[in-house]
Amino acid sequence: MTEAVRPPARKTAKGNQLMNGRRRAGRILFAMSAPFLIATLLFCYVPMFGWLYSFVNYKAGFSLFSSRWVGLKYFAMPFSNFVLRDEFLRVMRNTLITSGYHLLGSPLPLFFAIFLSEIKFVRYRKSVQILTTVPNFVSWVIVYSVVHSLLSLDGFVNHFLQMLGLTADPINFMATSKGVWITQWGYGTWKGLGWASIMYMSAIAGIDQELYEAASIDGADRFQKMWHITVPGLLGTYFVLLMIDIGHILSNGMEQYYVFENAMNHDKIEVLDLFVYNQGISGNNISYATAVGMFKSVVSLGLLFFANNLSKAVRGDSIF
Amino acid sequence: MALKEKKTVKDILFEIAIYSFFTLFTLLCIFPFYYIFISSISSNALVDRGAIFFYPRSIHLSNYVSVFKIKTLPQAAFISVARTVIGTGLSIIAASFMGYCMSKPEYWHRKLVYRFIIATMYFNAGVVPLYLTYRMLGLIDNFLVYVLPCLNQSFNMVLCKTYMESIPGSLEESAEIDGAGYFMRYMRIILPLSMPILATIAIFAAVGQWNAFMDTVLYMTSTKYFTLQYTLNLYLKKATALADILKTDSAAAQNMNLDTMLTAESTRYTITMVTIIPVLMIYPFFQRYFIKGIMIGAVKG
Repeated sequence: MTEAVRPPARKTAKGNQLMNGRRRAGRILFAMSAPFLIATLLFCYVPMFGWLYSFVNYKAGFSLFSSRWVGLKYFAMPFSNFVLRDEFLRVMRNTLITSGYHLLGSPLPLFFAIFLSEIKFVRYRKSVQILTTVPNFVSWVIVYSVVHSLLSLDGFVNHFLQMLGLTADPINFMATSKGVWITQWGYGTWKGLGWASIMYMSAIAGIDQELYEAASIDGADRFQKMWHITVPGLLGTYFVLLMIDIGHILSNGMEQYYVFENAMNHDKIEVLDLFVYNQGISGNNISYATAVGMFKSVVSLGLLFFANNLSKAVRGDSIF
Repeated sequence: MALKEKKTVKDILFEIAIYSFFTLFTLLCIFPFYYIFISSISSNALVDRGAIFFYPRSIHLSNYVSVFKIKTLPQAAFISVARTVIGTGLSIIAASFMGYCMSKPEYWHRKLVYRFIIATMYFNAGVVPLYLTYRMLGLIDNFLVYVLPCLNQSFNMVLCKTYMESIPGSLEESAEIDGAGYFMRYMRIILPLSMPILATIAIFAAVGQWNAFMDTVLYMTSTKYFTLQYTLNLYLKKATALADILKTDSAAAQNMNLDTMLTAESTRYTITMVTIIPVLMIYPFFQRYFIKGIMIGAVKG
């Protein structure tokens, strides 16, 4: 806009001076912001060169350039080596199942919000909303501590069951390979459900009240109104969030699985993000871990574009 | 809603169902924290026997004094507070100043720089390359690794930019005529007017910093820089080893009262409380900022 207004001023000598002044000012501003731009360069762009490590045979202590170039060896490894292939397939299975549970559970916040908004007792509704969002603001370590205090051998549940005489020996809920995926999904839902529903709550507040009134006059009961007005009114929001989830199918995050990982559940809990950490940072397989991480990043970016295009095709609107 | 309808049986059943569901789920969200709290203030001997269920017994607060006698804990608390304060400060400075710059059309190659920053939201190099970069920069085992990445604020920068563009330009112009430079105008006019958005960003940054855990796992090896979150995780994972340390370390110095002597369990409960109390304390007061935060996110995301 400013550019459109400025040009006529250029014709006079004074206008020229003004133009130069603004240009200089713009450069001064740029110089002032340089520290932040350098930070962005160092922390976001420079690491991209680290992808080169996946093409060399990197050994700790050597530099990138003194390492031997091996081309796509590390990318081919999950296909050529039986042990690595099984391991990679196991990790992929864990990742996809974990994401699958997440996608299956994705309508829950929507229904949580619809049912909560059906409650007319405002104080109660607000309290539920505030209290159920608390778990979202504690870290996964705290969630682990919470689960530990409830479900460990010395936890609340075992002591309670023993007090009631229902079990003689404590049940080890945590160090088990049974039901790992569903319990991890449960912890995630416990932590995130209330928070995720807030977005739907405000979307519900944005639905035109006249629609409900018109429906009432036509004789619709509350369930019909919920199903035919509220649900369609939230589908747009749901779709956007679903697309973002699809972009994150390979990125389950790592904190949750890192804190809950133990010798018993390791084989089922190790998702791609955790695998990259275990290989690269703990195991010092820098090159292989970088290759796997790079594979993940590229596929994720592809999924993101896929989801965006899907959104364009279905809703006529991109999500980014 | 305008019309009062007669309640049918179906309606009443539905009401019962949703009220019971929400009451149960809310209890499920709150009870664990309550249980940890009552366990941390009850007699340690009773906690050890598993005799605490719904209310505290033989209340004492000595656990909260004792845990801070464990050598590593005051240091961890200090690191957690320091990174929260510094990290939040840097986040706000970076987001608001870059947002200010990007709201200025005369900024040198503004579009290019804007894209340069925005692009970072859509890709990341991954854990291992980032680790190698930090190592190259000498940030491994360095407190700065907690706070320096805060200088890079793409999403919050956009929020600030949008907000600042809505501030009337005439306010700045009059200051410009009075001879105030960019920095002066940013400090004296733009920042005070942007308080609502900065408060939202600050609260999220602070909770993020306080809860941050993986960066300690990834980049720290010396105990000097362990945070509360990380220390808690160590204690959760090594409960028995910890109990031994406690017996030799702190208990010997104290009187050997079983009710107040730290056990592995009471330590866990107490450190958990120490770690969540700050979040639980600020949450009710800043709740509306949190909600505002997710709404801005929804509009932009």
